[in-house]
Amino acid sequence: MIDLNIIWFVLVGVLIIGYAVLDGFDLGVGVIQLFTKDENERKVNINSIGPVWDGNEVWLLTGGGALFAAFPIVYATVFSGFYIAFMLLLYFLVFRAVSFEFRKFSESPEAKRRWDLAFAIGSFGPALLFGVAIGNIMRGLPIEIIDGKIVSNITFLGILNPYSLLIGILGLVMFTMHGAIYLTMKTEGNHQQKMINWANKTWMGFIVLYVISTLSTFFVAPYLFNGMLKNPLFWTLFILLLLSIVYIPVGLKAKRFGYTFLASAINIASIVGLFALSLFPRLVPSSIDLANYSLTIYNASSTQRTLETMLIIALIGVPIVLAYTIVIYRIFRGKVILTKDSY
Amino acid sequence: MDQVLLARIQFAMTIGFHFIFPPLTIGLAWMLVIFEAIGWKKKDEVYAAIGKFFGKILGLIFAVGVASGIVMEFQFGTNWAEYSKFVGDIFGAPLAAEGVFAFFLESTFLGLYIFGREKVSKGTHWFSIFMVAVGSTISGFWILVANSWQQTPAGYVVRNGRAELTDFWASVFNPSTMPRFYHTIDAALISAAFFVAGVSAYYLIKNKHTEVAKTSLRFAIVFGLIVSVLEVFPFGHEHAKQVAETQPEKFAATQGLYTSQEGAPIAIFAFPTDHPPTLKVPIEIPGLLSWMAFGDFKAKIKGINEFPRENIPPLFLTFVSYHNMVVLGMYFILIMAIASYLLYKKKLFENKKILTVLKWSVPLPLIAIQLGWIAAEVGRQPWIVYHLMKTKDAVSFTVGTGELLFSIILFALIYILLGSIFLVLLFKKIKHGPEPIAKEALQ
Repeated sequence: MIDLNIIWFVLVGVLIIGYAVLDGFDLGVGVIQLFTKDENERKVNINSIGPVWDGNEVWLLTGGGALFAAFPIVYATVFSGFYIAFMLLLYFLVFRAVSFEFRKFSESPEAKRRWDLAFAIGSFGPALLFGVAIGNIMRGLPIEIIDGKIVSNITFLGILNPYSLLIGILGLVMFTMHGAIYLTMKTEGNHQQKMINWANKTWMGFIVLYVISTLSTFFVAPYLFNGMLKNPLFWTLFILLLLSIVYIPVGLKAKRFGYTFLASAINIASIVGLFALSLFPRLVPSSIDLANYSLTIYNASSTQRTLETMLIIALIGVPIVLAYTIVIYRIFRGKVILTKDSY
Repeated sequence: MDQVLLARIQFAMTIGFHFIFPPLTIGLAWMLVIFEAIGWKKKDEVYAAIGKFFGKILGLIFAVGVASGIVMEFQFGTNWAEYSKFVGDIFGAPLAAEGVFAFFLESTFLGLYIFGREKVSKGTHWFSIFMVAVGSTISGFWILVANSWQQTPAGYVVRNGRAELTDFWASVFNPSTMPRFYHTIDAALISAAFFVAGVSAYYLIKNKHTEVAKTSLRFAIVFGLIVSVLEVFPFGHEHAKQVAETQPEKFAATQGLYTSQEGAPIAIFAFPTDHPPTLKVPIEIPGLLSWMAFGDFKAKIKGINEFPRENIPPLFLTFVSYHNMVVLGMYFILIMAIASYLLYKKKLFENKKILTVLKWSVPLPLIAIQLGWIAAEVGRQPWIVYHLMKTKDAVSFTVGTGELLFSIILFALIYILLGSIFLVLLFKKIKHGPEPIAKEALQ
């Protein structure tokens, strides 16, 4: 008998990975935009993701929908618990979403610059906040179950703890590196060289931050490491992570940007994978009583019938989505060519 | 102010703003499917120019729709946690299905449509707008499935303190899904028809881009007449019959029927008051309401008086928004009929009066949509899920009034800003107009 709860844990994980890998480079490009002064480079940057960013963002929306459908208790508890942080996240995402078209429809250079800034800040914010959210979940949230009711006492200031901010910065640097590597595929000449430098620098920053974060996790949330050393899946993901991260500077040097991007994608996927694996079977650990109050894939899930129905929906829908997404990425592969229809 | 009221204000504001854009997206996308097809298949330069122009505007409208839609996907969790816990087993599935079957489709293919004009074959490019139209319509379907389940829940059982799914198809095709789907999608088509007609009329008044404007106006008028008629009959009528059958107190509230009657009249005009429920200075047509609801002039219809006081919706707002929606619906038919007649008599393009009316009518279908939605949602109160869960029990109790005020102000500011910038950019684009067509292509 297959365990639908585990399948949905994996599927939500896949959606998060899809989002982090795909919209991850959009966010990274946005962060780089914040530091790009050259007008033409900014135009190339935003147009490098122009045709695809919206589809990429749908992974987040679908992930939200899937979480609601499969684990409604988590959807309700975490989102209402992170209220102010979530409203800020939405605020950033709203501005990013309009910045592309608003930039295109604006004529004056000043107005275009304003929308570049909106795009940049609208990417910087989420790139940071996603990590902060993950950090908070790893630490555990103040959740209790009293008389069968879930009681949470999450405060905005509580969310902004040093450990979670550290994970936030780790995510920010990781997405920036991912965006820079994406841009190496899309740019040429001097602009490309700048992106290689960005990728190399963020790569170093990423390694330093990753080591510090892992060490901090030993102290902040040691339970995450329980049983990991004996788990072959842990080692598989960890080796994938090591290989991909080692390959990145090698690939950049050899100018094999496509492979480097793939390595960066694998790096992100294995990090999310490791996070999910160490959390399993919990979804939201309780900092008050880990064993009894945590929200798990069993006590926070929908019924078997709903999980089964949703699985059928996913099995029909996701392959179709992947098929046309790949086709469209192929159409827009190669360097950015600016046309009348560009942003 | 209490949490529930604030959470409702925020939801009303965010959905109200969002609901301006998807109808235009759906409607324009379908019109573009036709424009681009004629431009491509018949090598018609005028239709190609219309497609290109309104295609760009679609990009702008879509962007604000996406931006404001992100908020909606997560707001059930942030602001309506108790609701989400209670209905998650049923309500989450349509939202996820909307993501998988619709959002990906429309977003991915819109990218191809906007950026691919010079990059892919004409056929592929047409296919991209077709997929945008299909995707946005499917999106409308699933969101209406979710909302209709709140109106007329089906395929569930209440167990373990929540609604649990027993029959997926019964929950998807609950009694109100299809009547509301047709009624809403057709409303989207009307909004786009009036949009295209209004913009074209503006050019004819200004005597600019006349070649393009005449063609797009001709199309929008005929299309607009058809969809405006369909909206009332059969779609509006079928929806009203369904409400009469499945949500009698909502039906009574929309119609202002405060005491049960046989041969109930239709109120054409009145001022409703809540305490006590009365219609002041009503103009009524006897028996018509009974006929409309049950096909029998003598049929008995339940009035508000038959329902417990605590279970009836706000009467004034429900009555007024419903009736103004109906008035606007009649107005759409009238205007499009007059314009079609003038078109037939070959007098439309010179008739400044009707062109001006068309120009100013652009926002009216969007207002009608808002009114219809208010009637639907306020008319369901005090329930968030009809006869299952009350709105007051559905909010996130962990979110305080201070936090709610913060987010309400935040969204109000963002939406005022985005809305104004959207209008400025839209007007600028319209003023600029479609790209000129080479003279030889016109002959």
